[in-house]
Amino acid sequence: MDTNHIPIFPEQASAIAGSVDGLYAFLVLTTAFFSLLIAVLIVYFAIKYRRRSDDYIPGPVHGGLALEIIWSVIPLGLSMVMFAWGASLFFTESRPPDDSLEIYVTGKQWMWKLQHMEGQREMNELHIPVNRNIKLTMTSEDVIHDFFVPAFRSKSDVLPGKYTTEWFRPTKVGTYHIFCAEYCGTRHSNMIGTVYVMEPNHYAEWLATGGAQGSLAQRGEALFQQLGCVNCHQTDGQGRCPNLIGVFGKPVRTNVGVVTADASYVRESILNPGAKIVDGYQNIMPVFQGLVTEEGLQQLIEYVRSLGPTASDVTRIQPGGSAGGGHALPPGRVDPDPKGKGVSPPQQ
Amino acid sequence: MITTAPVEVEAPKNYINAEYGLKSWLLTQDHKRIAVLYLISITFFFLIGGIFATLIRLELATPAADLVESNTYNKLFTMHGIIMIFLFLVPSIPATLGNFLIPLMIGAKDLAFPRINLLSWYIYILGGIMTLYVMVTGGVDTGWTFYTPLSSTYSNGYVIATACAIFVAGFSSILTGLNFVVTIHRMRAPGMTWFRLPLFVWAHYATSLLQILGTPVLAVTLLLLGLERGLHIGIFDPALGGDPVLFQHLFWFYSHPAVYIMILPAMGVISEVISTFCRRAPMGYTFIAFSSVAIAVFGFLVWGHHLFVSSQSVYAGMVFSVLSYLVAIPSAIKVFNWTATMYKGSVLLSTPMLYALGFIGLFTIGGLTGLFLAAMGMDVHLTDTYFVVAHFHYIMVGGAILGYLAGLHFWWPKITGRMYSEAWSRISAVIVFVGFNLTFFPQFVLGYLGMPRRYHVYPPEFQIYNVLSSAGASVLGIGLLLPFVYLAFSLKYGALAGSNPWGATGLEWQTDSPPTTENFAITPVVTAEAYDYAAGQGAKTVVVA
Repeated sequence: MDTNHIPIFPEQASAIAGSVDGLYAFLVLTTAFFSLLIAVLIVYFAIKYRRRSDDYIPGPVHGGLALEIIWSVIPLGLSMVMFAWGASLFFTESRPPDDSLEIYVTGKQWMWKLQHMEGQREMNELHIPVNRNIKLTMTSEDVIHDFFVPAFRSKSDVLPGKYTTEWFRPTKVGTYHIFCAEYCGTRHSNMIGTVYVMEPNHYAEWLATGGAQGSLAQRGEALFQQLGCVNCHQTDGQGRCPNLIGVFGKPVRTNVGVVTADASYVRESILNPGAKIVDGYQNIMPVFQGLVTEEGLQQLIEYVRSLGPTASDVTRIQPGGSAGGGHALPPGRVDPDPKGKGVSPPQQ
Repeated sequence: MITTAPVEVEAPKNYINAEYGLKSWLLTQDHKRIAVLYLISITFFFLIGGIFATLIRLELATPAADLVESNTYNKLFTMHGIIMIFLFLVPSIPATLGNFLIPLMIGAKDLAFPRINLLSWYIYILGGIMTLYVMVTGGVDTGWTFYTPLSSTYSNGYVIATACAIFVAGFSSILTGLNFVVTIHRMRAPGMTWFRLPLFVWAHYATSLLQILGTPVLAVTLLLLGLERGLHIGIFDPALGGDPVLFQHLFWFYSHPAVYIMILPAMGVISEVISTFCRRAPMGYTFIAFSSVAIAVFGFLVWGHHLFVSSQSVYAGMVFSVLSYLVAIPSAIKVFNWTATMYKGSVLLSTPMLYALGFIGLFTIGGLTGLFLAAMGMDVHLTDTYFVVAHFHYIMVGGAILGYLAGLHFWWPKITGRMYSEAWSRISAVIVFVGFNLTFFPQFVLGYLGMPRRYHVYPPEFQIYNVLSSAGASVLGIGLLLPFVYLAFSLKYGALAGSNPWGATGLEWQTDSPPTTENFAITPVVTAEAYDYAAGQGAKTVVVA
């Protein structure tokens, strides 16, 4: 136990941390004022008006309606400030910027599995560059977990069966705790990890050491072939299933209305294809529930994302979908290996 | 009889010596005896829950796992939560003090349904026995919140048995609430209008509404959980086509109002105690009365503030956030009114008053830290950390248990007819207050630093605050054990209390201590407002034949 350094605040290592601490300071000061006010009044009244005679009966308290209104309206006003401040901060916290570097997180009892777009896979560790917006797309293989980085003041539940997101912008190079914050069973307190926030050049070096099996999208492409998806999802529009080129992120007409073809929709369409059927197609796709792992799903989603929606991506796709669509990086994503070595996908 | 026995001074008949023998207690329909049955049983479960708390704090004194293994630790905090909430806090004040006092306070002979009152105790005991069965056969490790799909699919504990136990115990709570509502509506003495009711009764009326309307939702939720776990009907587990967050909505729809089930009766106690030991009516009677009802109504509309980071929509979150702030206002009104009641009063720092003032301080901190958690952007960092643990212990221990102790000390002379040691009881009140703050205040800091709740092992930088907390827990433990000694001692050696030892105005103080089985020799007629100290004691009732 290091008694020389007794921390009061966690480290501020993300762009939002200062704002969260600012609201915290406001709340501490406001509530401390009222707590002390009540405490001082109680002690003062207890001494000043202590019972001196058993016969003395004090009259009723006067103050009445005016006083009641004052001490209802002032707390109401202050609490509305807290509400508005907290809500506006929450909007910032819950909306990842468009230029975020995306990373997939899968929680399972009792570990964190992470996949970078460039193909690096990590367990209980997260390597990220400093001063970049980072967006985590998260799901769980079993129970509910929660990805919590106190130094970033960032936290979100990680649910089975759906994607949740969380974002932060690390501002300080260093190592920080990852905690699972939602009780998840026996070894809940061992479901911890470390975030390594690195200088961009160190991060690039780190990226170069992994990803031997290609980027996520490339792995997704391999899976797409392996699972036989390619037989029906033909790219010339002649297949029995919808052409996937240029679909990602676009609205799609289905039997339950127009939906956006985002990660959650692609995921659902693989696991439970009958849930939302694209207009003009039959419900003939087999159910892949239990046949694809969460990580496999993430790779497939990245493959579909790599197929569109930008025109340049579309032109690069050859029939059969094997022309290195995985190398296409959606806007805003850093090219992990601009010099073309290491993780650069071999053209097939 | 032919011969007369040697003349003995017969103790006056009261509800305790009216009949003798175990059977006379186990088959009683007297609300006061049932209250005593509850008092004994909830005290038993409080001790068991306290043993679990002790083991938890011992384990957390060091960062490593050195007392128990993770599985055992998880069972400890789960059983601590389940026993303390469902078998101690929820029934604590209503089933003991409420049961004993509501008929006395409104000038009735008993509750409206004496048999149902006894039935509710047996249901409680059945739920308690089922919980003990789960405990000795292996326990349950889901946390008292039973989040799915951990509880419905993955846990190896006795989830269904525990759910059954809570399901059963819930009916005891529903029946008590039902009994109180009917009693308060139908059994008031002549002249006891709604706005002459003691604030304790108002608080219990609001609590009863919560019990009746909220508890069935918990029962349904647990039933659905059992169906999924036992019969694999997909409701909550996405692998079966369910939605895990649906469980959280249903669970907190009961369990957030349940916090008010625990705290409202304590607020009722505090209003009585403050008034008596300031010798004047509480300031803002109608504001305090209606704030109880407002808390009960708004309390049903804030459950979503437990789900800010559970993928709930941002806009739903905003609605729950703003309603959570609104529910804080009635509590603030109460605190200000209690404090203002002392102004130019005649304040006596007796033991109940010390506990009541402790309540105001701790409840204020507990309530104000709730404002942190209601701020969505702040809650993201704080939720599921020790900040939350500290916050709700300030409400449930600092609030509900201190309120319970205030009430128990205040009405002990009425219940038993004896006075306890004032010196020892004041010492214990101070020890409880100090020990409580030492235990739980460091946890606020710990939570902001980021220590998640329900962690068996933790990084070493958190140890200093955990050591403080565990040290405080031992002080708190001593403070809570002292009353067992001096209250037990008072039963035999305490001075006789007389009917009104505190010089209070309520109807319960105008009958014997302990009261007779019938409560009042003749039905009282109420002719004055509550807390009419100026008119002198006893002036509020007119005795009619």
